[in-house]
Amino acid sequence: MAHRLGLPRDPFWWTLFGAGGVMAAFFLPVLLLLNGLAIPLGLVDAPAYARMHALIAHPLARVFLFVLVSLSMMHWAHRFRFTLYDGLQLKHLEGLIMLLCYGMAVLVSAVIAFELLQI
Amino acid sequence: MSHLPRYQQYRPRRYIRRMPISWWVHKWVHMRFILRELTSVFVAFYAIMLVCYVRAVRLGPEAYAALLDWLETPLSIALHAVAAVMVLFHSISWFRLAPKAAVIRVGGRILPDGLIVGMNIGAWGFFSLVLAWLILAS
Repeated sequence: MAHRLGLPRDPFWWTLFGAGGVMAAFFLPVLLLLNGLAIPLGLVDAPAYARMHALIAHPLARVFLFVLVSLSMMHWAHRFRFTLYDGLQLKHLEGLIMLLCYGMAVLVSAVIAFELLQI
Repeated sequence: MSHLPRYQQYRPRRYIRRMPISWWVHKWVHMRFILRELTSVFVAFYAIMLVCYVRAVRLGPEAYAALLDWLETPLSIALHAVAAVMVLFHSISWFRLAPKAAVIRVGGRILPDGLIVGMNIGAWGFFSLVLAWLILAS
Protein backbone atom coordinates (compact mmCIF):
# COMPACT_ATOMS: atom_id res chain seq x y z
CA MET A 1 0.00 0.00 0.00
CA ALA A 2 2.75 2.41 1.01
CA HIS A 3 4.61 2.28 -2.29
CA ARG A 4 1.40 2.42 -4.27
CA LEU A 5 0.73 5.78 -2.59
CA GLY A 6 4.16 6.88 -3.80
CA LEU A 7 5.44 7.22 -0.21
CA PRO A 8 9.10 6.48 0.49
CA ARG A 9 10.00 3.05 1.90
CA ASP A 10 10.78 2.20 5.49
CA PRO A 11 14.56 2.93 5.72
CA PHE A 12 13.84 6.61 5.04
CA TRP A 13 11.29 6.83 7.86
CA TRP A 14 13.45 4.70 10.12
CA THR A 15 16.38 7.10 9.79
CA LEU A 16 14.18 10.06 10.77
CA PHE A 17 12.74 7.96 13.62
CA GLY A 18 16.24 7.20 14.93
CA ALA A 19 17.48 10.78 14.62
CA GLY A 20 14.32 12.02 16.38
CA GLY A 21 14.74 9.45 19.14
CA VAL A 22 18.28 10.70 19.81
CA MET A 23 17.27 14.38 19.80
CA ALA A 24 14.26 13.75 22.07
CA ALA A 25 16.29 11.58 24.46
CA PHE A 26 19.04 14.18 24.90
CA PHE A 27 17.10 17.44 24.94
CA LEU A 28 13.40 17.03 25.82
CA PRO A 29 13.67 15.97 29.51
CA VAL A 30 15.53 19.09 30.66
CA LEU A 31 13.27 21.45 28.68
CA LEU A 32 10.14 19.70 30.00
CA LEU A 33 11.28 19.49 33.64
CA LEU A 34 12.39 23.13 33.62
CA ASN A 35 9.61 24.86 31.67
CA GLY A 36 6.75 22.49 32.49
CA LEU A 37 7.43 21.78 36.19
CA ALA A 38 10.26 23.70 37.90
CA ILE A 39 9.25 27.18 36.69
CA PRO A 40 5.43 26.78 37.07
CA LEU A 41 5.91 25.30 40.58
CA GLY A 42 8.00 28.31 41.54
CA LEU A 43 11.25 26.40 42.15
CA VAL A 44 13.08 28.80 39.81
CA ASP A 45 12.08 32.13 38.27
CA ALA A 46 10.75 32.29 34.71
CA PRO A 47 13.08 34.13 32.31
CA ALA A 48 11.93 37.67 31.47
CA TYR A 49 10.21 38.10 28.09
CA ALA A 50 13.00 40.12 26.46
CA ARG A 51 15.60 37.54 27.45
CA MET A 52 13.50 34.62 26.23
CA HIS A 53 12.86 36.43 22.94
CA ALA A 54 16.56 37.12 22.43
CA LEU A 55 17.41 33.52 23.25
CA ILE A 56 14.88 31.96 20.82
CA ALA A 57 15.58 34.51 18.07
CA HIS A 58 19.27 33.57 17.95
CA PRO A 59 19.98 31.84 14.60
CA LEU A 60 21.51 28.78 16.29
CA ALA A 61 18.52 28.46 18.63
CA ARG A 62 16.15 28.64 15.65
CA VAL A 63 17.96 25.86 13.83
CA PHE A 64 18.13 23.82 17.04
CA LEU A 65 14.42 24.23 17.80
CA PHE A 66 13.40 23.39 14.22
CA VAL A 67 15.51 20.23 14.18
CA LEU A 68 14.38 19.20 17.68
CA VAL A 69 10.66 19.71 17.04
CA SER A 70 10.49 18.27 13.52
CA LEU A 71 12.62 15.20 14.28
CA SER A 72 10.75 14.56 17.55
CA MET A 73 7.49 14.59 15.55
CA MET A 74 8.98 12.20 12.98
CA HIS A 75 10.05 9.93 15.83
CA TRP A 76 6.47 9.95 17.16
CA ALA A 77 4.97 9.39 13.70
CA HIS A 78 7.06 6.29 13.01
CA ARG A 79 6.75 4.72 16.44
CA PHE A 80 3.05 5.50 16.81
CA ARG A 81 2.40 4.03 13.37
CA PHE A 82 3.79 0.69 14.51
CA THR A 83 2.05 0.98 17.90
CA LEU A 84 -1.24 1.16 16.01
CA TYR A 85 -0.26 -1.80 13.81
CA ASP A 86 0.86 -4.02 16.69
CA GLY A 87 -1.05 -2.77 19.71
CA LEU A 88 -4.41 -2.39 18.00
CA GLN A 89 -3.73 -4.73 15.04
CA LEU A 90 -4.62 -2.14 12.42
CA LYS A 91 -2.06 -3.25 9.81
CA HIS A 92 -4.79 -3.34 7.16
CA LEU A 93 -5.26 0.45 7.50
CA GLU A 94 -1.59 1.06 6.65
CA GLY A 95 -2.07 3.78 4.02
CA LEU A 96 -4.45 5.84 6.15
CA ILE A 97 -2.28 5.51 9.28
CA MET A 98 0.88 6.53 7.42
CA LEU A 99 -0.88 9.53 5.95
CA LEU A 100 -2.18 10.69 9.36
CA CYS A 101 1.08 10.09 11.29
CA TYR A 102 3.62 11.49 8.83
CA GLY A 103 1.13 14.16 7.70
CA MET A 104 0.80 15.40 11.29
CA ALA A 105 4.61 15.45 11.66
CA VAL A 106 5.02 17.46 8.45
CA LEU A 107 2.26 19.87 9.53
CA VAL A 108 3.86 20.57 12.94
CA SER A 109 7.27 20.99 11.26
CA ALA A 110 5.75 23.56 8.90
CA VAL A 111 4.16 25.46 11.81
CA ILE A 112 7.41 25.62 13.83
CA ALA A 113 9.30 26.72 10.70
CA PHE A 114 6.78 29.52 10.16
CA GLU A 115 6.89 30.66 13.81
CA LEU A 116 10.70 30.63 13.90
CA LEU A 117 10.94 32.62 10.66
CA GLN A 118 8.49 35.22 11.97
CA ILE A 119 10.06 35.71 15.40
CA MET B 1 -15.32 -11.66 9.32
CA SER B 2 -12.53 -11.58 11.87
CA HIS B 3 -12.09 -15.40 11.80
CA LEU B 4 -11.13 -15.32 8.12
CA PRO B 5 -7.40 -15.08 7.35
CA ARG B 6 -6.23 -11.74 5.99
CA TYR B 7 -3.26 -11.63 3.68
CA GLN B 8 -1.18 -8.49 4.05
CA GLN B 9 1.82 -6.95 2.41
CA TYR B 10 5.24 -7.73 3.99
CA ARG B 11 3.77 -10.76 5.74
CA PRO B 12 4.14 -14.39 4.65
CA ARG B 13 1.17 -15.75 2.75
CA ARG B 14 0.06 -18.14 5.40
CA TYR B 15 -2.69 -18.25 7.93
CA ILE B 16 -2.16 -15.69 10.70
CA ARG B 17 -4.13 -16.08 13.88
CA ARG B 18 -5.93 -12.92 14.89
CA MET B 19 -4.98 -11.81 18.40
CA PRO B 20 -7.30 -9.95 20.72
CA ILE B 21 -6.35 -6.27 20.76
CA SER B 22 -5.64 -6.57 24.48
CA TRP B 23 -2.84 -9.12 23.86
CA TRP B 24 -0.29 -6.96 25.65
CA VAL B 25 -2.00 -6.51 29.04
CA HIS B 26 -1.25 -9.94 30.53
CA LYS B 27 2.54 -9.94 30.74
CA TRP B 28 4.76 -7.21 32.14
CA VAL B 29 7.30 -7.47 29.28
CA HIS B 30 4.52 -6.93 26.74
CA MET B 31 3.06 -4.09 28.79
CA ARG B 32 6.52 -2.51 29.06
CA PHE B 33 6.91 -2.77 25.28
CA ILE B 34 3.60 -0.94 24.70
CA LEU B 35 4.47 1.66 27.39
CA ARG B 36 7.81 2.28 25.70
CA GLU B 37 6.04 2.67 22.36
CA LEU B 38 3.60 5.13 23.96
CA THR B 39 6.45 7.36 25.21
CA SER B 40 6.44 8.67 21.63
CA VAL B 41 3.01 10.24 22.28
CA PHE B 42 4.53 12.34 25.07
CA VAL B 43 7.56 13.19 22.93
CA ALA B 44 5.05 14.59 20.40
CA PHE B 45 3.11 16.34 23.19
CA TYR B 46 6.22 18.18 24.29
CA ALA B 47 7.34 18.97 20.74
CA ILE B 48 3.92 20.63 20.24
CA MET B 49 4.30 22.46 23.59
CA LEU B 50 7.61 23.85 22.30
CA VAL B 51 5.74 25.14 19.24
CA CYS B 52 3.25 26.86 21.61
CA TYR B 53 6.19 28.34 23.51
CA VAL B 54 7.85 29.76 20.39
CA ARG B 55 4.48 31.05 19.16
CA ALA B 56 3.74 32.81 22.48
CA VAL B 57 7.18 34.47 22.43
CA ARG B 58 6.63 35.55 18.81
CA LEU B 59 3.19 37.07 19.61
CA GLY B 60 4.54 39.28 22.40
CA PRO B 61 4.82 39.78 26.19
CA GLU B 62 1.05 39.31 26.82
CA ALA B 63 0.94 35.96 25.06
CA TYR B 64 4.11 34.88 26.88
CA ALA B 65 2.59 35.86 30.27
CA ALA B 66 -0.64 34.00 29.37
CA LEU B 67 1.37 30.87 28.54
CA LEU B 68 3.26 31.08 31.85
CA ASP B 69 -0.12 31.44 33.65
CA TRP B 70 -1.53 28.40 31.86
CA LEU B 71 1.56 26.37 32.74
CA GLU B 72 0.71 26.93 36.43
CA THR B 73 -2.80 25.37 36.18
CA PRO B 74 -3.30 21.97 37.83
CA LEU B 75 -4.16 20.46 34.43
CA SER B 76 -0.86 21.60 32.97
CA ILE B 77 1.14 20.43 36.01
CA ALA B 78 -0.54 17.01 35.87
CA LEU B 79 0.04 16.68 32.11
CA HIS B 80 3.68 17.69 32.43
CA ALA B 81 4.24 15.36 35.40
CA VAL B 82 3.00 12.35 33.39
CA ALA B 83 4.92 13.54 30.32
CA ALA B 84 8.09 13.93 32.41
CA VAL B 85 7.94 10.29 33.55
CA MET B 86 7.33 9.08 29.99
CA VAL B 87 10.02 11.28 28.42
CA LEU B 88 12.55 10.11 31.03
CA PHE B 89 11.50 6.51 30.27
CA HIS B 90 12.15 7.26 26.59
CA SER B 91 15.63 8.68 27.31
CA ILE B 92 16.73 5.85 29.59
CA SER B 93 15.42 3.06 27.33
CA TRP B 94 16.95 4.82 24.31
CA PHE B 95 20.41 5.07 25.90
CA ARG B 96 20.24 1.47 27.10
CA LEU B 97 19.52 0.47 23.50
CA ALA B 98 22.41 2.52 22.06
CA PRO B 99 25.12 -0.20 22.32
CA LYS B 100 22.85 -2.62 20.44
CA ALA B 101 22.37 -0.13 17.59
CA ALA B 102 25.95 1.16 17.34
CA VAL B 103 28.74 -1.37 17.90
CA ILE B 104 31.89 0.74 18.21
CA ARG B 105 35.34 -0.79 17.73
CA VAL B 106 38.46 0.83 19.13
CA GLY B 107 41.78 -0.80 18.22
CA GLY B 108 40.09 -4.04 17.18
CA ARG B 109 38.16 -4.34 20.45
CA ILE B 110 34.44 -3.74 20.81
CA LEU B 111 33.62 -1.08 23.39
CA PRO B 112 31.69 -2.65 26.29
CA ASP B 113 27.94 -1.89 26.48
CA GLY B 114 28.24 -0.20 29.86
CA LEU B 115 30.80 2.28 28.57
CA ILE B 116 28.59 3.35 25.64
CA VAL B 117 25.54 3.72 27.91
CA GLY B 118 27.70 5.67 30.38
CA MET B 119 29.02 8.02 27.70
CA ASN B 120 25.46 8.65 26.47
CA ILE B 121 24.24 9.42 29.98
CA GLY B 122 27.25 11.69 30.56
CA ALA B 123 26.51 13.60 27.35
CA TRP B 124 22.84 13.77 28.38
CA GLY B 125 23.80 15.39 31.71
CA PHE B 126 26.16 17.80 29.99
CA PHE B 127 23.58 18.92 27.37
CA SER B 128 20.93 19.26 30.10
CA LEU B 129 23.17 21.53 32.17
CA VAL B 130 24.04 23.68 29.14
CA LEU B 131 20.37 24.12 28.17
CA ALA B 132 19.30 24.86 31.77
CA TRP B 133 22.12 27.41 32.06
CA LEU B 134 21.14 29.08 28.77
CA ILE B 135 17.52 29.41 29.87
CA LEU B 136 18.11 30.45 33.50
CA ALA B 137 21.30 32.54 33.42
CA SER B 138 20.41 36.21 33.19
